[in-house]
Amino acid sequence: MKELTVISGKGGTGKTTIAAALVSLAENAVIADCDVDAADMHLILQPEIIETIDFSGLKVASIDETLCIKCGICKDACRFDAITNDIRIDIYGCEGCGVCAYVCPERAISMIERKAGDAYNSETRFGPMAHARLGIAEEASGLLVAVVRDNARKLAEKYDRDLIIIDGPPGTGCSVIASIAGVDMVLVVTEPSVSGIHDLERILDVADHFNIPAVVCINKYDINEKNSLIIEEYCKDRGIEVVGKLPYDDAPTKAMIQEMTVIEYSDGEFSNKVKNIWENVREKLT
Amino acid sequence: MKIAIASGKGGTGKTTVAVNFVLSIENVQLFDCDVEEPNCHLFLGFNLEKVEDINILTPVVDKTKCDFCGKCSEFCQFNAIAVLPEDVLVFPALCHGCGGCAMVCPKDAIVYENRSIGIIEKSKGGNIEFYRGVLNIGEAMASPVIKALKKHVDESKTAIFDAPPGTACPVISSVQGADYCILVTESTPFGFHDLLLALDVLRKLEIPFGIIINRCDIGDDRVEKYCDTEGIPVLMKIPHDRKIARLYSEGIPFVNRMPEWKVKFVQLLDKIQAQI
Ligand code: SF4
Ligand code: SF4
Repeated sequence: MKELTVISGKGGTGKTTIAAALVSLAENAVIADCDVDAADMHLILQPEIIETIDFSGLKVASIDETLCIKCGICKDACRFDAITNDIRIDIYGCEGCGVCAYVCPERAISMIERKAGDAYNSETRFGPMAHARLGIAEEASGLLVAVVRDNARKLAEKYDRDLIIIDGPPGTGCSVIASIAGVDMVLVVTEPSVSGIHDLERILDVADHFNIPAVVCINKYDINEKNSLIIEEYCKDRGIEVVGKLPYDDAPTKAMIQEMTVIEYSDGEFSNKVKNIWENVREKLT
Repeated sequence: MKIAIASGKGGTGKTTVAVNFVLSIENVQLFDCDVEEPNCHLFLGFNLEKVEDINILTPVVDKTKCDFCGKCSEFCQFNAIAVLPEDVLVFPALCHGCGGCAMVCPKDAIVYENRSIGIIEKSKGGNIEFYRGVLNIGEAMASPVIKALKKHVDESKTAIFDAPPGTACPVISSVQGADYCILVTESTPFGFHDLLLALDVLRKLEIPFGIIINRCDIGDDRVEKYCDTEGIPVLMKIPHDRKIARLYSEGIPFVNRMPEWKVKFVQLLDKIQAQI
């Protein structure tokens, strides 16, 4: 079984549009939306949820006011400044480490489970899909990503699918690392702006750091052709292949409004170029 | 006053708004809180100097004292320390630096050492005070860097926080403590959906907010309709203009070439002050 993650470093480069298009081209894939704190893939794929699984992230400290003597020992011990001067837990600051509960001489603090979101196994017109919804203002997005990937692998086994296409989050931190750890290849979607170039360099460094082969796709390449050339040169120097260049086109936005992948919406230039990217990527994966 | 700029969906124009905003108003500090992919400096062209390393205290186990009882690994909520029959393994990238493992160790075998996960940098010269955090490649935890970055806020100035995309912990760390939050969105299904998630976060944190619609003439009118029914102020609309897109791609703040926009950003500040 192979795993491909579509990432971007910078947000808004068209990652989800392209991931969804690849999903509609792949014949035997499972889909995993790992952009768990701002998941959008379902808006196009309209999954029918078959199974909902509670996700509890890290625990959170809770103080029993009747036992607390306000000695402040917990406040001094908390490395995350999550206990206020009047000895209350700031639930957004608490990382659930349990140190306060351990040091409290009155045993007034307990660590409680909290529901931090839902994971879903679903069916779509392109095959099975694993996705999730992180609770509002919850931590532990990396843990939830790991759950989604695990669910996707189980779906792949169950339905005998040989590829998992993962839509990853923007950035380089915990949920990105969780989305790319151990995959066979990442497809980085970038755009020819100075921000796009800067973020591409960093995300390729991350892929390198974890020894994951990367290929690059330049979206909206004609917005700034000079910068597109710079990206191509840069990738060549790093020995990374540019598997495709997509023009600026309003088809993806129009398709999105119709809840369609761009492939379903039109067979214009944009879609044809995405098809070429898919052929190229599929060959590399096998 | 502290104003955060966030979005939910990535690539909607947070950095564009932040940079053009600070270039239009006086007595201001800019903080690039998108420490995973910081971009503001690309538009400002400042020279940067390092202010500090951001360290996390990570355990080091003295194996001559350790008798492999396993209490530390039992305590650790983050699976950052594993005890085998005759060895202890620490996984630094998973460690949150809570300090618990040393507390529970009956043999006093654990001490801590500083491990750098990122840095804070500051602009040298220039007329705007600019700070940014940078998370090291391969590091998972952005929040400690963001929290350290925001310690440089000067309360006598207007501080602008350019937040990362999403709604998870790095976003919370960025917007927490702000007096106001500007949400930058685009009126597409993705933009609208992620805007709703971001609104939930701000409501939960009880931070007042208003909206800027970027590329307001692509997509449809769902964002404006929603703001209308919910009574959410639309602070500004920026059209989908090839010139703006081009300047952005080259790293040029558009107020530098289209000075008529400066007035609008000054008015933006007035609107925010009036609202809070
Ligand atoms: S569990 Fe840890 S982070 Fe949470 S309040 Fe207690 S000491 Fe602080
Ligand atoms: S310091 Fe805390 S997070 Fe780090 S290994 Fe020890 S118990 Fe785990």
